[in-house]
Amino acid sequence: MTALAHVGGRRGGRARSLLRPRRSRLAPYLLLAPGLAWLILFFVVPMYYLGQTSLEKGSLEIGYTFSWAWNNYGDAITSYQTQFVRSLEYAGAATLIALLVSYPLAYWIAFRGGRWKNLFLLLVIAPFFVTYLIRTLAWETILADDGPVVGVLRSVHVLGSDGRLLATSAAVIAGITYNFLPFMVLPLYVSLEQIDQRLLDAAHDLYASRVWSFLRVTFPLSLPGVFAGTMLTFIPAAGDFINAQLLGSPDQYMIGNVIQSKFLELTDYPQAAALSFVLMAAIMAAVFVYARLLGTERLTG
Amino acid sequence: MSEQLTRKQFLRRTAAGGAVLTAPGLIAACGGGIKAGTQRAASTPVKRQLASTLTFSNWPLYIDVGKNHSHPSLDQFTKQTGVKVNYIEDINDNQSFFGKIEGPLSRGESVHRDIIVMTDESGLPARMIELGWLEKLYKPAIPNMANLVPAQRHPSWDPNRDYSLPWQSGMTGIGYDPNKVGGELTSVARLLEDPKLKGKVTLLTEFADTIGLVMLANGDDPANITPTTFNRAVSRIKKAVSSGQIRQFTGNDYAPLLAKGDIWACFAWSGDMVQLHADHPGLKWNLPDTGGMIWTDNMLIPLGGNVYTASVYMNFYYQPKIAAEVEDYVNYICPVAGADKVLEKSDPAVAHNPLIFPTPQMYANAHKIDPKAVNNPTYKQEFQNLIGA
Repeated sequence: MTALAHVGGRRGGRARSLLRPRRSRLAPYLLLAPGLAWLILFFVVPMYYLGQTSLEKGSLEIGYTFSWAWNNYGDAITSYQTQFVRSLEYAGAATLIALLVSYPLAYWIAFRGGRWKNLFLLLVIAPFFVTYLIRTLAWETILADDGPVVGVLRSVHVLGSDGRLLATSAAVIAGITYNFLPFMVLPLYVSLEQIDQRLLDAAHDLYASRVWSFLRVTFPLSLPGVFAGTMLTFIPAAGDFINAQLLGSPDQYMIGNVIQSKFLELTDYPQAAALSFVLMAAIMAAVFVYARLLGTERLTG
Repeated sequence: MSEQLTRKQFLRRTAAGGAVLTAPGLIAACGGGIKAGTQRAASTPVKRQLASTLTFSNWPLYIDVGKNHSHPSLDQFTKQTGVKVNYIEDINDNQSFFGKIEGPLSRGESVHRDIIVMTDESGLPARMIELGWLEKLYKPAIPNMANLVPAQRHPSWDPNRDYSLPWQSGMTGIGYDPNKVGGELTSVARLLEDPKLKGKVTLLTEFADTIGLVMLANGDDPANITPTTFNRAVSRIKKAVSSGQIRQFTGNDYAPLLAKGDIWACFAWSGDMVQLHADHPGLKWNLPDTGGMIWTDNMLIPLGGNVYTASVYMNFYYQPKIAAEVEDYVNYICPVAGADKVLEKSDPAVAHNPLIFPTPQMYANAHKIDPKAVNNPTYKQEFQNLIGA
């Protein structure tokens, strides 16, 4: 904020800032106000409320009372460890696959897309014009037992003769990967697109091979995109439950399914809230470790 | 479809809760509102005066549709009474809808609806009566209640129909593809244990349907569930899940799986099968030989709804002629006696369809779930564990 205020003052010019010093000092705060108000109203306040719920006990019939019931957290972790671990595994696998699929795609659009770039980007986000649920249901058709994908996999003996994809982990991970792919492609594209072509020319002039200049110039410069893309994919994927429900069997259910059932089927709001907080904490821990490994300072400048 | 709503509703709930918190003094209302609600239900005398508008929340595709998305039966009601109907199709799932109205009702606030439609086997109507969240019907305005089919008159959760009147019903049985399973299939035991069907079977995520059908197959009574009979059903299902016999637990989404041949047999709802049958005439539905389940969607008046206007509408719907008009479009089970006689002339195929007007034998072979068991937290938790969440 101080930096912003500083910039604001300077850009106003000496003469103007002397004339109206108060306004330039307030400006950054005024600019922040809508976002801040939004966050307070729709993030901080609900969080407070959710935190309070997570420490209540009771039921719909007898009412919920606040009682510092920390055991909600203990119970949440011990009873649903499997689903927590599974959520992080599935989200991790989906993020990795999405990265491997998206990088070449984003690279190609950024460097070879030419005047069709915008069209290709539109195609990347085109699936978003269809609702999430319908897109996921479409995968039921794609991966159907008698469908082409399973047919091919059977004939090359990746799957047994009565093997299937639906209601397996593979289907759930594939569904998640597909649904969050654009969140990976777009940040990657932005960071690749910004790379100054002259840097690559320079590498070439200095006799770097194509592979070497990719490894030493292009890839490091695209790391902010990699970081943003993996975050945008991993975080929602860890909380997803639609894919597990439609493409998985009970053995594939993720923590989102548990929270959903606690909230709506069992109306056990305290446990549901506690589970949500544990999930948030787990995701934040994972993100923190990842950021340290990658070195965020370098990425965000 | 509920799942996406869920996330939204969750946010809405927390956001609404947050907004409330900013007004001091209302915090207490969140915690202690339930008792206030119970007190209000001790009813004030009903004014025999029609409101200008009736707000009616129902499930999608659950009423007759005319030109320009109008609903002819509702238009007739407006013509007769002068009451405009604000018809909202916003109930996709009992639990989600309950989540939506639970907040205001528990604070003793109105949900701005005069009629809502909810399923008995979800246990939620019974629960709402207990919580004091429903208004009693004003029976003097509903003489046509006499047309209610006898099998529906005394459900154990509302023995005199003081709070509820059926809108439509449906049965839960076995949906299957005869070509895949080799002919007729009426045995729940085959679904759970026949190795030929391994990995080609789905059951329902709805407690009452799945537990009910398996209990009947065990020779137990789903209308009176005990810990022993409950555990017997759960362990039988668990065995079938861990052996890989059961592929998934589903909501309505079994329909496309069955149509594509990914599954061969499943627990299925009669109304879905009437519709599925139209596109896939090969598919069949049967009540199991050990008995099936019947559930009913009930019209209810939530706290704060206009009792008199809602009751007058219910009376209107319970005329055989009007019920027949709705039935011709909806194709679930009609609760109004005499509607089949009306349809006999206009649409005999519907009048003679046993999935819409069941035979007395079918009614006798269709069971109701124990409403206490459906709301028992231990049973509910165990069932949720069973289906994977």
